[in-house]
Amino acid sequence: MGLDLSLWPAYLEMARVRFLTWLAYRVNYYSGILVYTINIGAYYFLWQAIYHGRTTLGGLTAAQMTSYVTIGWLARAFYFNGLDREIADEIRDGTVAVQLIRPYNYLLGKSIGALGEAAFRLLFFTVPGLGLALLLFPVRLPGNAHSWGLFGLATVMSFLLNTQINIVTGLLAFFMLNNTGLIQAKRILIDLLSGVFLPLSFYPIWAFRILRWLPFQGISYVPNLAFSGALTGRGFWQAFAQQAGWVLALAVLITWMWRQARLRLVVQGG
Amino acid sequence: MRYYLDLIWAYAAQYLKGRAAYSSDFLAALFSEVLSQLSSVVFVLVVFTQVPDLQGWNRAEMIFLYGYFLVPFALFQGVAANLWSFGDRFIIKGELDRILTRPVNPVLQLVLEGFELESLLGVVSGLIVMAVSGRGLGLHWGWVQTAALLLFSVSGALVYVGLYVTLATLAFWTDSRTGLMPLLWNFNAYARYPVSIYNRLLRLVLTWVLPFAFAGSIPAAALLGRDGMLRLALWTPLVGLASLLLAWAAWTAGLRRYHGAGS
Repeated sequence: MGLDLSLWPAYLEMARVRFLTWLAYRVNYYSGILVYTINIGAYYFLWQAIYHGRTTLGGLTAAQMTSYVTIGWLARAFYFNGLDREIADEIRDGTVAVQLIRPYNYLLGKSIGALGEAAFRLLFFTVPGLGLALLLFPVRLPGNAHSWGLFGLATVMSFLLNTQINIVTGLLAFFMLNNTGLIQAKRILIDLLSGVFLPLSFYPIWAFRILRWLPFQGISYVPNLAFSGALTGRGFWQAFAQQAGWVLALAVLITWMWRQARLRLVVQGG
Repeated sequence: MRYYLDLIWAYAAQYLKGRAAYSSDFLAALFSEVLSQLSSVVFVLVVFTQVPDLQGWNRAEMIFLYGYFLVPFALFQGVAANLWSFGDRFIIKGELDRILTRPVNPVLQLVLEGFELESLLGVVSGLIVMAVSGRGLGLHWGWVQTAALLLFSVSGALVYVGLYVTLATLAFWTDSRTGLMPLLWNFNAYARYPVSIYNRLLRLVLTWVLPFAFAGSIPAAALLGRDGMLRLALWTPLVGLASLLLAWAAWTAGLRRYHGAGS
């Protein structure tokens, strides 16, 4: 069961089904959009008060911070998925064994499903949310197509990184007895370390230096900065390269973990 | 009365037995709770390395406010689990019928069944945070302050209970699964910060319409001895009671309308 790419119609179908499932789920996305808007509002007012009288903080102006906070939450609405919990649950209740019999790659299938979900989230959460935010708060969109392009690239990487980290966390269920608590903790940690709550540049220098090397900053900090216009040119491409580097490193890690996991599954039998 | 005490004891024993059987879940939930609270503290700490004050609140006062916010909120969360699932589990899936057939007040049953010990951790951490930051501020603390803290935090918890229960009772009228709870929950977070940072409309809403400010920054400001806040804070128990009355009215009206989950 390797990577049989001739199966791409099947994978495409998986994304489509996932998208339609979300659509049919009657997710109350009106309330979802409002929730994100309320969240953004809280941070907007907070940062306005913090910036009172100051032009820049942590390398960002007040206007850039507003954009940062807005896109931070809306992008999170896009890249977020529950793959960590899904994979862990399927491992725990054994349905993963059934999945292995199928001719497509389990993890790739999951990732493509996540892509379908992300498409839904983009259309129904992020875009409308951005529209509402533009009405309520003084958010500034990227000025030109070039900036949007940079932001787009960074966001693609962000989605990949988040999905990969979710897969790694989910796969840990093969090696640990009970990792439900771990999943919740990991989500909070990632929000802290990826720059969703506040730009990483605010952290003390020693922490900031460490965080620059970790993959988490690529999930939120880098794309948010690209969106608010605070990361361009050489600085951007360096950050982008780092994101790409981690995507590769995590792909290797996942391949290794998956191999170990399947060995374990065979050994435990049944 | 004795009957109710025995009942509460029975529920508590069952809860502890259940928790002990899944102790790793309990620890994991506790760990997540700690982490979640820590991340809020981290935000305040980190931001205050860059600025000395926020609208006249210094770092220690902000941390005190954060600690205070935790207490009524945790008191509320300890009993609120069933409020979240009220629309889905109890109305749509009909578990309310099970509760109504029993000879005990249904609200009490909902509260006792939904009891979560790990949520009360917030009370402990809130008190510790207040103690530490208060000490740093050289805050004068005596019996008056302790009594005020007790009064304010219980009233604050009542504000939460009242507002969320009222919202939950909407399930009696609509078929919505989650209702407006997530909206209220996220708006609730606005009370974590001094109400003065918001614009006039929001300040009005947070104080008199959805009075979360009375569960957060207003009593905290009074306890910190900030000018003029004590007079406003004395309204807190009244606001709590009003909130509770609203919930009681909504519940009674909704229950009267309720005619079971089907055949």
